[in-house]
Amino acid sequence: MLKHPHSPPPHANGAALVETHRIARRDVQRGQWLLHPADFALRAGERAVLTGPSGSGKSVFLRALALLDPLDGGAVRWHGEPVTRARIVHYRRHIAYLRQRPALLDGNVEDNLRYPYTLAAYRHEQFDAARTRALFDAAGRSSDFLTRNTAELSGGEAQIVALVRVLQLDPEALLLDEPTASLDPESARAVEALVTDWFEQARTARATVWVSHDPAQASRVGARHLTMRAGVLEEPAARAPFMEAAQ
Amino acid sequence: MSPGVLQNLGIGDVAIAALLVFVNGAVSVLLKLDLERKLAWAAVRTVVQLLAIGYVLGWVFAFNRWYVVLPLMALMTLIAGFAGAQRGARTYGGQRADSIVSIWVSAWLVAAVGLFVVIRIRPWYEPQYAIPILGMILGNTLTGVSLGVERMMQELTARRDRVESALALGATRWEAAQASAREAVRAGMIPTLNQMAVVGVVSLPGMMTGQVLAGQSPLQAVRYQIVIMFLIACSSALGTVGAVLLAYRRLFSPEHRFLVARLVERKARG
Repeated sequence: MLKHPHSPPPHANGAALVETHRIARRDVQRGQWLLHPADFALRAGERAVLTGPSGSGKSVFLRALALLDPLDGGAVRWHGEPVTRARIVHYRRHIAYLRQRPALLDGNVEDNLRYPYTLAAYRHEQFDAARTRALFDAAGRSSDFLTRNTAELSGGEAQIVALVRVLQLDPEALLLDEPTASLDPESARAVEALVTDWFEQARTARATVWVSHDPAQASRVGARHLTMRAGVLEEPAARAPFMEAAQ
Repeated sequence: MSPGVLQNLGIGDVAIAALLVFVNGAVSVLLKLDLERKLAWAAVRTVVQLLAIGYVLGWVFAFNRWYVVLPLMALMTLIAGFAGAQRGARTYGGQRADSIVSIWVSAWLVAAVGLFVVIRIRPWYEPQYAIPILGMILGNTLTGVSLGVERMMQELTARRDRVESALALGATRWEAAQASAREAVRAGMIPTLNQMAVVGVVSLPGMMTGQVLAGQSPLQAVRYQIVIMFLIACSSALGTVGAVLLAYRRLFSPEHRFLVARLVERKARG
């Protein structure tokens, strides 16, 4: 099992936030492994970063972690408990996956921020306009940003909206699938800052897995380094942390 | 021609009408539409299929036994079910079965209401009523089903990013799919609604025309047509909803996953 040698203290009940046991994905038609059986544990307080060539299976792994695709083997545990069919929606609410290309609904920014509260999983929560305004402030967006139509947003602005939409819901962990890969540098910095702020607010309870192909970003957003090559997840940091980080 | 007596058509009379297909042929040649072969084939099919069904129906009406009527109706339903699954650029495993089930259940349920509750036929399988009425219901239901499911697959493909974002936010599979499903059902119901809006003004339905030609009073013919329109509307709505829900169940797993790999491009047929 891949475990970081300097893991922070485990969660109250001793279990990792998210733990996978030999999760695997296969392309049945071509008979290829998309993801070889992978063991991985994400503990509260960890900032993991996953790098690797494009097409190596980074997204496949992250989507598997978010339970978005059917697994061809293995299991995911959440606080030590298996994620059953009944808990899967609950799980996704807390272990939030953010895709590379943001998908916003028609309408304005506020419509998009309110959308999660229309879902059954959030029926006991309420939209907090002041809080989202503060988040947009932190990202350098003015207060009239909420009324902007999503069709007029740049790619960077759309990704900031998608990120704020997730952060306002207080997830435990963020699974970030190259969220800044197609953004301008300014937006990319805003996204990194939002994630860092969110993490620092409760760093003993939160965690991130950040997929990145930018080594500079990788060293900024993660302390624990994983790699993906041809569907094989490895953690070279366990062997030579400084050499990997310098690459 | 005296009212109430249908002018009989001889083979020669039909042949004169069939010659009109040469007008289509001339259009195709003059405009270089390259449709001559298709036209010829369509014309032959029209003649052969209708002659065949004429003989079959003549025999079934004369024989008049439930064990002949029911299998014929089942065969019609199966053919409608196959046809309902043939539309669009994509398909999914099980689409044909879903199409047959949704068309079968909706059309037979509504036909039963029409035949047993409204028209009250005797005996219960009276083929002169049961077969044409089921046929009309089937034809319109299969249009609704095929349009609805085609739209469902289109919407889910076009909205894939949004569907997955919704799921990632913690939406249930139904919450993620409902926008697409709603569009799909709407698309399936629109043709019937359009038809109902113009019936009698722009179009005179074939059944009504036929009854009037056969000497039925227009008022009676119109009553039949009203009944048929509502039967058609009901069945195509039920069939469309059923087919869209069945497609939804195939394309979304109980684990709230969108199984996009099940949507496959239809292989082009030579």
